[in-house]
Amino acid sequence: MNGAASRRAVLLGLVALPAGAALAQGAGSVEVAIAAVTGGRAVEEGGMALRLPGLAENGAQVPLAVTVESPMTAADHVVAIHLFATRNPTPGLASFHLSPALARAEVQTRIRLAEDQQVVAVAVLSDGRFRRAAAETRVATGGCLG
Amino acid sequence: MSGTPLAQPRIRIPRQARAGDVIEIRTLIEHPMESGIRGRVPDAVPRDMLARMTVRMNGGTVFAADLGNGTAANPYHVLFLRIERTSEFEFTWFDELGRTARATARVTVA
Repeated sequence: MNGAASRRAVLLGLVALPAGAALAQGAGSVEVAIAAVTGGRAVEEGGMALRLPGLAENGAQVPLAVTVESPMTAADHVVAIHLFATRNPTPGLASFHLSPALARAEVQTRIRLAEDQQVVAVAVLSDGRFRRAAAETRVATGGCLG
Repeated sequence: MSGTPLAQPRIRIPRQARAGDVIEIRTLIEHPMESGIRGRVPDAVPRDMLARMTVRMNGGTVFAADLGNGTAANPYHVLFLRIERTSEFEFTWFDELGRTARATARVTVA
């Protein structure tokens, strides 16, 4: 194998893993990505809602809304909301940094999803606690590997 | 591509509000958000990503977004702010090459 070909093979291995390998990597790395946010501390279920369409026609543009129950006062507010994809080539969707100037802890955006999967949202509260919500969506046409 | 400037963002925000109102802000910037991992061939399409978006209100950052590979093309965000007085807003996007796009708005509280 010449240099260019072997380099290409390495890059293909890193970047364009076969579907199964990419999935396995995605499933493991999402837990790593979440642990990087929570530092392994306890995460509460509930107190927040993650809304996705049940069926996304176009995985390249999937509307998402995340809302955390919070008074959004200086003393008690949501500091950050992190969004993770469990079956994309990479788990990171977006991280939002909030402030008490927001009337409510709600953000709407659009994400891309490679295939049917669960999306996980982790909220960081101003008192240091964490909350988590998840939503499943089916993807008719994948939006990542085009 | 690296030589071209970023697109002008579009902001939907009320021009006027009453003190204590909750206003909805919608932002959109045209951008391919090309992750560089598309097409199963390395660098078939070079990576070209916005990294961050910030919203400043009267000089202070009230919202920021770190945009990952899974943020869709033409990043779109909706947020809700409580407004107490006439306020100046500044919206800025930063790409991974250091380019920025900026938009400003004023909401007048009568």
